Amino acid sequence: MNTSREFAVLGNGNALPWKDVPETDADVFVAALDRQLDGGARLCAFFGVPQGDATHLVAVIAFDGAGKLAVGRSAPLRGGYRALTPPHPQAHLFEREVWEQHSLVPEGHPWLKPVRLDRGAGPAVIDFFRVEGGEIHEVAVGPVHAGIIEPGHFRFQCHGEEVLHLEIALGFQNRGIEAALMGGPHVATMSQTETIAGDATIAHATAYAVALEALANAEAPRRAQWLRAIALELERLANHTGDLGALANDVAFLPTSAACGRIRGDFLNLTATMCGNRFGRGLVRPGGCRLDVESERAVGMLRPLRVALDEADEAAAWLWDSNSTRTRFEGVGVVTRAQADELGLVGPTARACGLLRDVRVDHPIGWHRTAQVPVTAWKGGDVFARARVRWLELQRSGKFLMEQLESAPPGDIRVPVTVLAPDTLAVALVESWRGEVCHAVLTDHAGRFRRYKIVDASFHNWAALALSMRAQAISDFPLCNKSFNLSYCGFDL
Amino acid sequence: MSILGTIKYRLQHGRATMDYPDGPASALPDRHGGALRVEPAKCTEGCSACADVCPTRAIGRSPGNAITLDLGRCLFCSACVETCPTHAITHTGDHRIAAGRREDLMLGEVGEEIRLASALDEKLRGLFGRSLRLRQVSAGGCNGCEADTNVLNTIGWDLGRFGIQFVASPRHADGLLVTGPVTRNMQLALEKTYAAVPAPKIVIAVGACAIAGGPFVDLPQVGNGAASVLPVDLFIAGCPPHPLTILDGLLRLIGRLQEQHRTPQG
Repeated sequence: MNTSREFAVLGNGNALPWKDVPETDADVFVAALDRQLDGGARLCAFFGVPQGDATHLVAVIAFDGAGKLAVGRSAPLRGGYRALTPPHPQAHLFEREVWEQHSLVPEGHPWLKPVRLDRGAGPAVIDFFRVEGGEIHEVAVGPVHAGIIEPGHFRFQCHGEEVLHLEIALGFQNRGIEAALMGGPHVATMSQTETIAGDATIAHATAYAVALEALANAEAPRRAQWLRAIALELERLANHTGDLGALANDVAFLPTSAACGRIRGDFLNLTATMCGNRFGRGLVRPGGCRLDVESERAVGMLRPLRVALDEADEAAAWLWDSNSTRTRFEGVGVVTRAQADELGLVGPTARACGLLRDVRVDHPIGWHRTAQVPVTAWKGGDVFARARVRWLELQRSGKFLMEQLESAPPGDIRVPVTVLAPDTLAVALVESWRGEVCHAVLTDHAGRFRRYKIVDASFHNWAALALSMRAQAISDFPLCNKSFNLSYCGFDL
Repeated sequence: MSILGTIKYRLQHGRATMDYPDGPASALPDRHGGALRVEPAKCTEGCSACADVCPTRAIGRSPGNAITLDLGRCLFCSACVETCPTHAITHTGDHRIAAGRREDLMLGEVGEEIRLASALDEKLRGLFGRSLRLRQVSAGGCNGCEADTNVLNTIGWDLGRFGIQFVASPRHADGLLVTGPVTRNMQLALEKTYAAVPAPKIVIAVGACAIAGGPFVDLPQVGNGAASVLPVDLFIAGCPPHPLTILDGLLRLIGRLQEQHRTPQG
């Protein structure tokens, strides 16, 4: 790792005064960022901070091997700058977002169009990439889909059954969270961060809490860190189990589908044992946690956890033992390791391409500094690999929980977080079950939120779904989609 | 898994579906708390501690008037319960939090507890009582309400045994089940989906967002719930509502649960 004078090193869950975030002219900054990405850095966040009628470009980059983050910013600029996307596709959505939010044009961006904006007739009513030809047909799906699922629009260019290109248009779920957080924290801020992506409540609530603790120069007590780690892994277990069941369902393998649907609920109920809410709302708070899990309660969770883990193992074994099911997963929806690297994919999606990338290990904070979950990876980048990684993570998270539930540290669960440092930038990364979530928070001179940037794992990963569909049968779309299971609202914010 | 293995497993494990509603409902998690009760008589003059901590401004107290709590806006975060110095707001432990009219979710002087939903009128019950097909529309939902609605289709809940089914097309549906605060970007799609459902049709709003905007109430990018766009027949409160709460609401609507008053707990 070699950071230059254009970037300052920062650890995960730390804060840096805004004046100490190096500022360089836009072309110098973009060139430096280009070099860092060339050298293997990964883009966690790239966003604008308004300054008068101009905008700072801000980049948070990760050096995963070295466990370091770095931040840098451009001098305020207007108009445009040289796009990073052509050499570094991982910047493509970030640059579209900056253009949409701040009118800064990334010159040379190959596909500049809105990310979430509605021009009056729905966010998807815009130009799509089209394949021309007498035998080409176009399929439009959504925003309202067939199942109980969030809305988004998918536009396929097909030759017969074969998909030549898929373009995904989102924005339907946009609730305006980032704008709502300006001037915060407000009384509704905690609840809003808990529902950025409602199936990743613990991950986003923890990222919010850690960012605030960094700004207040406070640290959550060890016992609270333990509680957060337990809840984060329960969240992973519930969602991974649900995904394995849903994948089985999409290839009509009903035994695993039926069992996993029920077992997923057992994991959600364990979260509810901790805090009353099956999605973990009301547990994580800035400064620690709102509720404790006393030892009797923790021990009481062990048995149902063991039963659910064993049943999940059994249900997954049916899947792996079924040749016809494995055949439907293998070689379908392939994302290569090189593509994963170029797109900056995160989470199980990246790990299923063989990339060892996990915030819990690369940039550990809180309880994960002392208690590790091993990184899980598989190769192949197909539906099978994504299912396999989930199954391996189920086992490892399960083992972690069985050990940790009996290893509670003593002490308080909450410290006060009152005054936030003014003019300071804090960055918090958390490994949600989908992958890295990043909260970058900048305060103003009064210690209120001047800019609150949220990056859900889905923001990095949606493009991978589009790529995975190339040369696939369109009938495999549901299966491919489920193998990523990305968040619509977490993307739309 | 071989066919024989499947049969053996089924014989060993028996039926996975719960007895409810023929038997008693399973208990809510002990920290869930269930519905809320408001006793305005216990309030201290001039105190508004609960209103100050409420994330959705679900609690109101204008000078000289009694406190009101809107269960439709409530996220059940317990901040008010923990804050109130006189225990005027308490948990009931009751999973039943579904009302047919918006005003029945208002607690305070009008009533200390929720007025539960009653069944559809005789004509609609005749049509939907034993076969209700719903099209689900998420209009800014966070996937919490969606997930815990979906859970009702799993083997433990088996919603199909009541004749209730989620269908892929609004053309096949008798009504909509809406989640989310109705984002501006989804409003048109929601309206079009509703228009595509043949009449007579019903609308069910699930969760604090769909009832009143939830944590996003009054933000410029959202409407304040399904009722801002469509006529709503059933409001099921929670963030998200527990699956038992959603099931109770649906069964109440089709007339499978008749009792109106809360049974004493414990």
